[in-house]
Amino acid sequence: MREPAPQPSAPQRSGRVPTRVGLGDRSFRLLALLAGVLVLVILALIVVSTTNQALPAFRHMGFRFFTSSRWAPPEDEYGALSFIYGTAVVSVLALVLAVPVSLGLAVYLSEIAPAKARSAVIYAIDLLAAVPSVVWGLWGFLVLRSPMQDFYQRLSDLLSPLPLVGRLFEGPVSGLSFATAGTILALMITPIITSLSREVMDTVPAAQKEAAWALGSTRWEMIRGAVWPYSRGGIIGAVVLGLGRAMGETIAVALVIGSSGQITARLFAAGDALPSQIANQFNESEGLFRSALIALGVTLFFFTIVVNLGARALIARSTRHVRGVAR
Amino acid sequence: MSGSRPASTGNVARRRRVDRLATVAVHATVLVAAIPLLLLVSYVTIKGIRMISVPFLTDPLPLSARRKSGGIGPAIVGTLLCTALAAAMAIPLGVLGAVYLNEYGKTSRTASALRFLANVLAGVPSIVMGLFVYTVYVLRFEGSGRNAFAGAMALACLMLPIIIRSSEEMLRLVPDNLREASMALGASRSRTILTVVLPAALPGITSGAMLAIARAAGETAPVLFTIGYATKANWNPFSGPNTTLSQFIFGNAGQPFSAAVDRAWGAAFTLIVLVLVLTIGSRAVAARFASR
Repeated sequence: MREPAPQPSAPQRSGRVPTRVGLGDRSFRLLALLAGVLVLVILALIVVSTTNQALPAFRHMGFRFFTSSRWAPPEDEYGALSFIYGTAVVSVLALVLAVPVSLGLAVYLSEIAPAKARSAVIYAIDLLAAVPSVVWGLWGFLVLRSPMQDFYQRLSDLLSPLPLVGRLFEGPVSGLSFATAGTILALMITPIITSLSREVMDTVPAAQKEAAWALGSTRWEMIRGAVWPYSRGGIIGAVVLGLGRAMGETIAVALVIGSSGQITARLFAAGDALPSQIANQFNESEGLFRSALIALGVTLFFFTIVVNLGARALIARSTRHVRGVAR
Repeated sequence: MSGSRPASTGNVARRRRVDRLATVAVHATVLVAAIPLLLLVSYVTIKGIRMISVPFLTDPLPLSARRKSGGIGPAIVGTLLCTALAAAMAIPLGVLGAVYLNEYGKTSRTASALRFLANVLAGVPSIVMGLFVYTVYVLRFEGSGRNAFAGAMALACLMLPIIIRSSEEMLRLVPDNLREASMALGASRSRTILTVVLPAALPGITSGAMLAIARAAGETAPVLFTIGYATKANWNPFSGPNTTLSQFIFGNAGQPFSAAVDRAWGAAFTLIVLVLVLTIGSRAVAARFASR
């Protein structure tokens, strides 16, 4: 991912050079190192302290915490499966909606747009990224809800008779649902997938594109034949990074998902997700209930870490591969 | 290259059609992304701007969501206080960390490991940061641990990896000639960093820091469990609960009373203006850097 800095090795690396490394110098270096190590300290503290607070709930429920979908605080029953399911559904839905749009935008920005339109679109994407989560949630909850419900009803009438996929669209429909949460999330992760994909596409060597042009390709064939194979790995990494972002997104989802934990194939039904359940219940919880909510947080933490590390690995592998080709 | 296969088939008209279709589809995606953005921004502006007045921006929060009167003054105070405090913690530490990565650690194993961990930290969901500060700080104070400082710590954890990464990028852009010239004049390494490298990278670092501040100012999840709720302005970050705009919007969005919903729109407009000023400011700073 990172080029090794092509500079002569720093003088104090070879220990015998008698440079005057004063006390101030050494303490500054130490200070900088400590600031860097802070990242490790914070991560370790996150893992230890949250897991510690979540232990009572994990102990009480055992492995059923992950396999049961019965979440009934008054009876001290905490099964997180329906929230895990909800998180998976809305994140995947967000990807399905956001990936085509983001890739289209990235192709537009790196291959098609004239300079003026390009900077205007980049500006708009920055604005899209800057809108706070809670404002998306407010808009989705107050404005989007009822038009979405009408739209879902029409879609449901049209598509639910279909075999197999019809079940996804069955009614009764709700304006606050998996589908609405997925739509809002898609808007929120579009900027990040777009900008990362564009960066990857910008690294495609001009020689490859010109070769495709020289063979008489149309622009689309050039994109498919030269840009896509070269940037595929990095784009997949960008998409997975967007997935990680969607999984952890809390407030917008908490407002528009409908807050009713259930496992159903119906996309237009109300559901609930890990972070939104925590956000909605935490301040009214105590004792084992609160511990169970922190346990949801720990679960979410590990899921997002795995997804993010996967994305980083994909990006690192693709850039290494790309650099190998370029050489 | 399998993708260039169509070029060898002779059907030029079909290939042109496919190309035109793809071009139209790509342009359509621009519209698909632009329409919701326009809708959202115009809705928030139309619904929010009528609420804006001096009393609305300065009055204490209403004691009950039902009331018509009341403003968002304390929430503005809380947002500014929390964000400023978070910036005061995260920016120096983040820049120092970036200095270690780029000036000392470079490609060493320690530096690569820390870089990796900064990426991991950047992927931690914001609500987990809130839970984290709740467990390590708020719980220690038996009910009085919810204050602006706790919220600021959660926001600082969120900002830290963003600042480390953007600052390191900017430090990498500083040409080595500058460092060598300074060292050749006999300046120590720390002096070189403090008086030559950091000033050269300052505009870029500032731009990255402003983006991180904008992100933190709009966040709700980290402050939800850590700052409590106050209806009067509280300028003391270490004592007593506080309120942010984002938290106020979240609390009022679901209220059945139209006065509460109107206040939520007004607060949303205020928050968006605040965040956009920071975002646009950061771009302006970055543009000035690029033109130098």
